[in-house]
Amino acid sequence: MTWDWSAVREFMPHFWDGLLVTLQALVLGSLISFSLGLVWALLMRTPTRWVRWPVGVVTEFVRNTPLLVQLFFLFYVLPEWGLTFSALTTGVFAIGLHYSTYTMQVYRAGIEAVPAGQWEAATALSLPARRTWFAVILPQAVRRVVPPLGNYVISMLKDTPILVSITVLEMLGQARLFSQQHFQFTEPLTVIGVAFVVISYLASLLLRTLERRLVR
Amino acid sequence: MTPGLWDLVLGGVWTTVQLLVLSALLMTAVALVVGVARTHRLWIVRFLAGLYTEVFRGTSALVMIFWVFFVLPVAFGWLLVPMWAGTLALGLTYGAYGSEIVRGALGAVDPAQQEGGIALGFTPWQRLRLILLPQAVPEMIPSYCNLLVELLKGTALVSVTGMGDLAFSGNLVRLALQESAHIYTYLLLVYFVIAFVITRLMRGLEKRLRAGIGKDPGDEHAARTRKRRETTGVGGVA
Repeated sequence: MTWDWSAVREFMPHFWDGLLVTLQALVLGSLISFSLGLVWALLMRTPTRWVRWPVGVVTEFVRNTPLLVQLFFLFYVLPEWGLTFSALTTGVFAIGLHYSTYTMQVYRAGIEAVPAGQWEAATALSLPARRTWFAVILPQAVRRVVPPLGNYVISMLKDTPILVSITVLEMLGQARLFSQQHFQFTEPLTVIGVAFVVISYLASLLLRTLERRLVR
Repeated sequence: MTPGLWDLVLGGVWTTVQLLVLSALLMTAVALVVGVARTHRLWIVRFLAGLYTEVFRGTSALVMIFWVFFVLPVAFGWLLVPMWAGTLALGLTYGAYGSEIVRGALGAVDPAQQEGGIALGFTPWQRLRLILLPQAVPEMIPSYCNLLVELLKGTALVSVTGMGDLAFSGNLVRLALQESAHIYTYLLLVYFVIAFVITRLMRGLEKRLRAGIGKDPGDEHAARTRKRRETTGVGGVA
């Protein structure tokens, strides 16, 4: 095995560029998945099954099919329908959509975990629906929702390399480009592998602290 | 579609199924070994197993695939057949997730069962094989089923390295026919059907295993959704 530190040094500027794109995709993807997931979760609480049923089927479908193929679908089919976005935008949307089907379960579980007595008390005090949600239910649900949402952010981080398949130059894209130009595969791929372990480990430590705070 | 394209697609389905089965076997083996090692009495064994889990859960599956496909041949001179390279990368990565499921289920068995085994003079291996695992395995199935579906979705990643699986052949067909919307919709449907079959099989298996230890099969759907977080929620908290 040969390890060439000079290749690592040469790769580092590209690495930081890639990291920036990865983080961009991660933050935007998280925001989309958090908000879209909330929409799905609220739609699943509507009284008519004509809303619940289609939403359930669509989200189940999205959750059980590969993100990679969904990404291809959005990247190649949307332009045919006259909607053209940049590769990064398409990728961010695909990740956000895919993970929204997971976050909706988190929201649902969080809302269901609020004891029924809280709802009854809000009714007994004849609080309006708005106050019931914002002052009673959501503050209690958030505590239960944040840790699993954080886990999905870490999962999303590890799914961002998929964007390489639609030409986005995030960390893996930069590593691949560099290795093809310099014929050095070991160093860049190992560097980003280590970077992923370090970032996700730090993120999970951060999350554990946050969780401890919220539970208190 | 021409017969040649059909052959391509069927070959892709076959490759995906093969890859799924092989990497599921490796994943299960890794999960059991590492999961049990995390409950070992020697701290060094627990530490190494924990390290394995952190490292392989920490890297992205796709980065691992690239590493096995491109770094192993150059750095160590091991050029693996694509099928084995894919199996290795997926099995090791998803096995790390699986080890958390195994650990959780082993921890959930009533401690009195373990103590009973000690009192009756069972060896550690007998306790594991005859007391802990028969009770822990049915607990694992719902999470394991979710993990299998994640693994199925993961198999699509190997197509990025040019391996001819379902996603790859789907792309070739798209290039040939220029009908992206149709082709990708069918592709997603095929994956969904495979996932559906996995879910059904696992549900049957769980019912049988639970009946074997005299427990109520219960509402599996509720159990599955409750446990979904454990399998797919990655990172520190399980």
